[in-house]
Amino acid sequence: METLEQIRDRLLARFPAAKVELVPNPGTAAEHSLLLDAVYAPEVARFLRDDPALRLDYCSNVTGVDWPEKEITDTVKKTVPDPAGGPAKVVEEKTKRIQPGYLEAVYHLYSMALKHGPVILRLRTGNRTDQVTLPSLTPVWRAADFQEREVFDLYGIIFSGHPDLRRILMWDGFKDHPMRKDYVSPDDFEWEPTPHGDVHERAKAHYPAAPAATPTPEAPKP
Amino acid sequence: MSDTPTTPGYTPFPAAGNISDAEREDLRRHGILLTSLEELYGWGRSNSIWPLQFGLACCAIEMIAAATARFDIARFGAEIFRPSPRQADLMIVSGTVTKKMAPQVVRLWNQMPEPKYCIAMGACAISGGPFKQGYNVLKGIDRFIPVDIYIPGCPPRPEALLHGLTQLQEKIRAERVSGPQAARHLQPDAASEFPVPDYGPHDLTPPSNPAIFTAPVLPRKA
Repeated sequence: METLEQIRDRLLARFPAAKVELVPNPGTAAEHSLLLDAVYAPEVARFLRDDPALRLDYCSNVTGVDWPEKEITDTVKKTVPDPAGGPAKVVEEKTKRIQPGYLEAVYHLYSMALKHGPVILRLRTGNRTDQVTLPSLTPVWRAADFQEREVFDLYGIIFSGHPDLRRILMWDGFKDHPMRKDYVSPDDFEWEPTPHGDVHERAKAHYPAAPAATPTPEAPKP
Repeated sequence: MSDTPTTPGYTPFPAAGNISDAEREDLRRHGILLTSLEELYGWGRSNSIWPLQFGLACCAIEMIAAATARFDIARFGAEIFRPSPRQADLMIVSGTVTKKMAPQVVRLWNQMPEPKYCIAMGACAISGGPFKQGYNVLKGIDRFIPVDIYIPGCPPRPEALLHGLTQLQEKIRAERVSGPQAARHLQPDAASEFPVPDYGPHDLTPPSNPAIFTAPVLPRKA
């Protein structure tokens, strides 16, 4: 199979207006992936499926990732010349910036025909609150149907173009998206015999109030 | 049947009239069986417990194994798993009860006619088990329906289920037909049906039935 860089270059040549970015995975697994432009994703996906050299005809897995907003500290080293004429000082300048949060849908593709893979695609939403719509890839790979419903249910990504976008695990009237990092689960921690960690903290709210310390009457001295 | 004066406390096989157990045994050797209606009634019911045929998770596999020739639940007269709640005496809650499934389980329980009994089989049905700290699993079926026998294990062996069944048989044999200690189905004002919880926006509403479930209070260190 071609390397991911070659696939990216071919995609950029085929879809000049699309943004295709290679997201490296620094871990030992080295599962690098392609970050796609949400607008061009269905066309790119169809190209990956039908291209005779790739023929990625099997979508084995669709999953979601929640990336909450996080604060990043950038450290820049600057050499400041000493006005007194001495040797230049190296000063570290720290700037803090807020990286906005977003949701991600990840697709793992294989080729059954050519026996290769995986090629991993990523799609990112604009933010985590109101711009959470991504194009559905179910029209390209039917296997994505239930898994996109699961991502919709648990992460709240809305897949436009999905034939039947309903919750699949939780019930229809459920309002939350439980796999998001800021999800707060229902408070039924009243009966936790051996809690620890976060569960312990939450269970404490249900502990009986400690009885008021009553001074023990002193025994009469003989 | 009139109330026979009984000694306070638990007598597993109440003797007929004022004849002692030794005298009864003596008569039995001569071919004369003496019994009470209560005893006969309990004996008959305890040896023909028909469970409801449904399973929720891996505990159901052990329940199926208990019904096979190797473990043979038929030795205890409970081999007729009924596919209809109208014909069942015993609900074996075998496995994880998710919050999405809980209303259906309670509804099945309400559809079973009295006398009916419930066995909570395995850690999940008792308390949520390994999923206790999750958002989607009911932390014990006893929050909504009364449980007669708890069988711990993850999953319990078929022998444990058979032991639970014999415990239930002893419980049934000890039930009285009249008086304040009469079985639930013979008390006109005892509750037989329980409210089915609704799917709420974040959790089941109500999250438990306060009429039958109060969280145990454990002595805690501050």
